[in-house]
Amino acid sequence: MSPGDTLRFASGSLLGARTRTLLMMLAMSIGVAAVVILTALGEGARRYVIGQFSSLGTNLVIVLPGRSETAGVNPGMLLGQTARDLVLDDAQALLRSPAIRRIAPLSVGAAQASHGSLNREVVVMGTTANMLLIRHMDLAQGQFLPQIDPRSASPVCVLGATIKKELFGSEQAIGAWLRLGDRRFRVIGVLAEQGESMGMNTDDLVIIPVASAHMLFNTQALFRILIEAKNRDMIEAAKQDAEQILMQQHSGERDVTVITQDAVLATFDRILRALTLAVGGIAAISLSVAGVLIMNVMLIAVAQRTQEIGLLKALGAPPGQIRYLFFSEAALLSAVSGLFGLVLGEIGSMVIGHVYPTLPVAAPWWAVLAAFGTALVTGILFSVMPARRAARLDPVLALARR
Amino acid sequence: MIEFTGVWRTFKVGDQEVAALRDINLELLAGEYVSIMGPSGSGKSTLLNLIGLLDRPTSGIYRLDGQDVTTLDDAEQARIRSEKIGFVFQFFHLVPRLSAAMNIELPLLLAGVAPDERKQRVTQLLQSYGLSERADHRPDQLSGGQRQRVAIARATSMHPLVLLADEPTGNLDQATGKEVMTLLEQLVSQGVALILVTHDPGLGKRATRQLRMVDGQIVSDTRNEA
Repeated sequence: MSPGDTLRFASGSLLGARTRTLLMMLAMSIGVAAVVILTALGEGARRYVIGQFSSLGTNLVIVLPGRSETAGVNPGMLLGQTARDLVLDDAQALLRSPAIRRIAPLSVGAAQASHGSLNREVVVMGTTANMLLIRHMDLAQGQFLPQIDPRSASPVCVLGATIKKELFGSEQAIGAWLRLGDRRFRVIGVLAEQGESMGMNTDDLVIIPVASAHMLFNTQALFRILIEAKNRDMIEAAKQDAEQILMQQHSGERDVTVITQDAVLATFDRILRALTLAVGGIAAISLSVAGVLIMNVMLIAVAQRTQEIGLLKALGAPPGQIRYLFFSEAALLSAVSGLFGLVLGEIGSMVIGHVYPTLPVAAPWWAVLAAFGTALVTGILFSVMPARRAARLDPVLALARR
Repeated sequence: MIEFTGVWRTFKVGDQEVAALRDINLELLAGEYVSIMGPSGSGKSTLLNLIGLLDRPTSGIYRLDGQDVTTLDDAEQARIRSEKIGFVFQFFHLVPRLSAAMNIELPLLLAGVAPDERKQRVTQLLQSYGLSERADHRPDQLSGGQRQRVAIARATSMHPLVLLADEPTGNLDQATGKEVMTLLEQLVSQGVALILVTHDPGLGKRATRQLRMVDGQIVSDTRNEA
């Protein structure tokens, strides 16, 4: 029997049992679609996070107060003292490193902002003019913080897009006064709409000079220091210099944590890739369940088609050919279901992508291949037993039944 | 052409051995028209299954066309069935989802005959069995007689040496049964051997050679003087 004839015969018998075939296809294609959609989601999440990190800025090194890992015992720990604060002098000292291009100190607090009769709670970020360059922020109107000595306060502020909309509406904001807590700041700029970026929505921020923030919140501490290395190769050097300089600043104590964006990125990349694999694996289990279903239904099909199998044997089909026929049926079914599932998965991914436009949902090519391959392999593998049973059928008994 | 030497066929029923065929020695000639009669359970169908290579003897030797076929494996036996033996069943055994033409084509398909030749042979068979207008009908759209005609056309599509018919008229009314018998006897006149298993003495007498079986043994073997 030629392959073409085999395929036609197999498709004929699949079409002959329409409900059965449809049910099997449904189970199989849901499995395949699940693999595609879930890996697409995982991959989307991974790309989203990486995108978020990249939007933070390039060649970024971040200094956090406190140390997350201990290197021996220091007196401060024994006395139960908390880590020394990061202060502006520390930030300025970092500029001594040849690997560091620019820095931006960052202090964060919440304050009541009001303009006229409108007021709301806002996140206030105290920083310097360099922030604009390091964080790749865009201005919609006006200008960013002036290039002044970070130690000197200045009553000016830059608004996030949402704050501007909520407190000023369509009114001209530039040049107007904004009250933050008990101080007044003149609005000198409005940020372009940027959306969420690593949990900090720049649209919801009010940015003021760092010294003004310190006065407003009555503190000297910095929340972070953002460092931009001169280039990609200098990131590690910048990190080491920062640790060195801050150790000197803090009288020899290593009480800050310096992380590089690359390291964080790599970690997230690993975690999310593992997550995608895990989720895809779980979906693959549902595929193998579909395989068991195929086996079950094929066994029923063999029982129902006993007479036909007996007849094929009487007409001169050797056992190998009967096996081959059933294999072809399973392979055809799996392939068609697999393709159908891929289409279903793509549609599902597109719908999700439509509902959550920020998530770049797309199944990676390896997941698509793996889903299709798994469908094909489970389908064929689970047809081994039914096919063998069919081939071993005794034609006399098979034909004796009416 | 068909030669049985000391053939036994026993079945295990529970822990008892039951002999369906006891020491059958038989020689059938090419082109012979033979009927096998006997009461139920006398071993007629078992004998027919052995001749058709659907079953294997427990002991003894079966030669078909000069070749010892008892020692062949399943695949080789299948090939011999395909090339030399045609079956006509009481319950027709047509594949319900296939059209009349496709049912007739089935043995050719399984044997791997080229599509052009298949088509030509099927068209010819449909014509000679008066089924041309029913070619695209499925079995459930055909009458009993038409179904058995499709089955006979299918059995002859590979030009077999011998046609095995187990109660071919058992499921048909008298007129249709006669019609089917006429068709089968026409094949005999074309040189195909016909082995007919039947309960009906009237049908059995039409054969040129009549075997009578009781309890797994051939008790009489008579020939009609033509």
